[in-house]
Amino acid sequence: MPKLIEIEGLKTQFYTSAGTVKAVDGITYDVNEGETVAIVGESGCGKSVSAMSILRLIPDPPGKIVEGSIRFQGRDLLQLSEEEMRDVRGRDIGMVFQEPMTSLNPVLTIGRQLTETLEEHLGVTGEAADARAIELLGLVGIAEPHRRLVQYPHHLSGGMRQRVMIAMALACEPKLIIADEPTTALDVTIQAQILELMKDLTRRLGVALIVITHNLGVVARYADRVNVMYAGKIIESGTAHDIYHNPRHPYTLALLKSVPRMDLPRQAKLDPVEGQPPDLTRLDDGCAFRPRCGFAVEKCAREFPPLEKVKGPHIAACWSKEKVAKSARATAAQTKKLRKAS
Amino acid sequence: MSTARSKPAAKRKASAARKSSGTRKTASKRGTASKRRQTPARPTKPKFTETLVNVQGLTMHFPVTEGALVPRVVAHVKAVDGITFDIMKGETLGLVGESGCGKTTTGRCILQLEQATGGDIIYDGQNLNELNKQQMRPLRQRIQVIFQDPYSSLNPRMKIGEIITEPMKVHNTEPDEAARRKRALELLEVCGLNPKFADRYPHEMSGGQRQRVGIARALSVKPEFIICDEAVSALDVSIQAQVINLLEDLRDEFNLTYLFIAHDLSVVRHLCHRVAVMYLGKMVELADCDELFDHPLHPYTQALLNAVPIPDPTVESKRKHQIIKGEIPSPINPPSGCVFHPRCPIAVEDCKKSVPEFRQIRPGHWVACSEI
Repeated sequence: MPKLIEIEGLKTQFYTSAGTVKAVDGITYDVNEGETVAIVGESGCGKSVSAMSILRLIPDPPGKIVEGSIRFQGRDLLQLSEEEMRDVRGRDIGMVFQEPMTSLNPVLTIGRQLTETLEEHLGVTGEAADARAIELLGLVGIAEPHRRLVQYPHHLSGGMRQRVMIAMALACEPKLIIADEPTTALDVTIQAQILELMKDLTRRLGVALIVITHNLGVVARYADRVNVMYAGKIIESGTAHDIYHNPRHPYTLALLKSVPRMDLPRQAKLDPVEGQPPDLTRLDDGCAFRPRCGFAVEKCAREFPPLEKVKGPHIAACWSKEKVAKSARATAAQTKKLRKAS
Repeated sequence: MSTARSKPAAKRKASAARKSSGTRKTASKRGTASKRRQTPARPTKPKFTETLVNVQGLTMHFPVTEGALVPRVVAHVKAVDGITFDIMKGETLGLVGESGCGKTTTGRCILQLEQATGGDIIYDGQNLNELNKQQMRPLRQRIQVIFQDPYSSLNPRMKIGEIITEPMKVHNTEPDEAARRKRALELLEVCGLNPKFADRYPHEMSGGQRQRVGIARALSVKPEFIICDEAVSALDVSIQAQVINLLEDLRDEFNLTYLFIAHDLSVVRHLCHRVAVMYLGKMVELADCDELFDHPLHPYTQALLNAVPIPDPTVESKRKHQIIKGEIPSPINPPSGCVFHPRCPIAVEDCKKSVPEFRQIRPGHWVACSEI
């Protein structure tokens, strides 16, 4: 499949009074056409900043993209002028933000917010724009779309607003949509509706999707490929199957083990990742996960492990990959046993 | 001595806490990830015999007013609309449902932070709705709360030590200041924090650490009943498991009773003995935890369980997803009859008219649906 976007060695830093925050510290990944790629990690790991960097939406100052390239359809987005970049945003790359409450303009009608994109990028105005807006609202499953055009965001529920956000992202038929925690603020039954809608639309329209989330269940259900981030770096990447069934990084394994699972019998105790996430202003040359890691060796403090190939697209950055693999197999065997018992 | 109760716990955890800069690490577990302790597949359910809280037909209708100078009531938000349940001593009751279903309001009514518009809350023989402020005061010491947001529930201008000693001062459980301070330091250790945090401010701590402070504060007056209102929802996955384990340890250590309000079903299943499901101010199902998750009866409970994605791509690809349509209606003007009927896959004509009775189908398994 042809590559749609290739991100290479991307580094984004923030200059604060507390020091330089290496929010994104040299990440490389690509997304094929029509593919859904998930970026997983906990708050502060740089997953949102990496997505904002693609659209060059990093507030400068304090932030700055210091290195790397983002090749999208043959062009390096980081070399474009601000004017050219504005054409890319919304037309070639759509964006769905986490907070449907705050990311819509409260003083503009739904119709105006939808037609603005169409006017700006495609020059469609008047009745044609309204017709397209109605079509888009219908596409995302909003009942009585013509009535919604004149309503304001506060008339709509959270789930409805997120549908409007998706309609806006789809307005110019982009090749890629970046969704930053699209369902985190929503209820479970509404989350299921929105995710199903996004999956259906990306399949039907052939849109590629970068979905940023901390919810491992959402990733398992919807992603083709997964990038796991920790402290600004991608520490493991592979197909969903690789990541969930054959993890090679201790953080990935620990994350999977720390969530209670509804499909297995209840356990007496959870197995948390001990310790706290690192301070991004005080990172050294070693692996940032080592203070919380059960597999850490002396080398981890000196040298950051390179992302090495495991098999096919599966890569992981750890000096103790084999030991992790063994532990993962033990966990998988235990899981199997538990499932049989239920 | 008031500190006697927490001492053993503090001692046991002290060494581990000292080793870490922030949160307690279980140092002994280092490098033995593959040699995991074998846990019984299903924790045996202890028998609970004594009722601690009895909620009878609780209703909380908030008035909706119009008019700036002379407000007049134009409607009511039926946040909680006649729910009945009890909580046994030592038990953890889970209260789940989506936003706006009234689960937080239920908690606030028990705490008497809201004056319920109807029904009774019998706490250890006393009807809380009939007590005045002064009579309520000793009970407030026995009932504590842990809030969802670790950022807004701690006063940013108070040091951690002050935050934890404040309830002891208010309830005068520990008149001596030095003793209060000593107990605060112990509580920090019990909750897996380094005692040196006592002289820091909330902004110097991470979300997980702050939530531990919130727990230490709740424990400071030795409550018997703690309402955990989405206590782990705002935390990251890896930190969430730490705090869940802490809550579990404390429950066993101090024989606490929890009302665990949450929307994350997998967490509720892990932690609770019994679970109640709410929808739009009504209770739709109540059963033992395993019974509810293995044999959900109400179509809403079934949909809710089905909507939770499981962190395993193989399992997910095999699962049948039945996504319920529609939005959650407004509690100002809830649907007639069964409030779930507009979204219900098995609704019949009668569901629009008659309100289903909350009835016991099997021993201990209650459900409000006429089609079962």
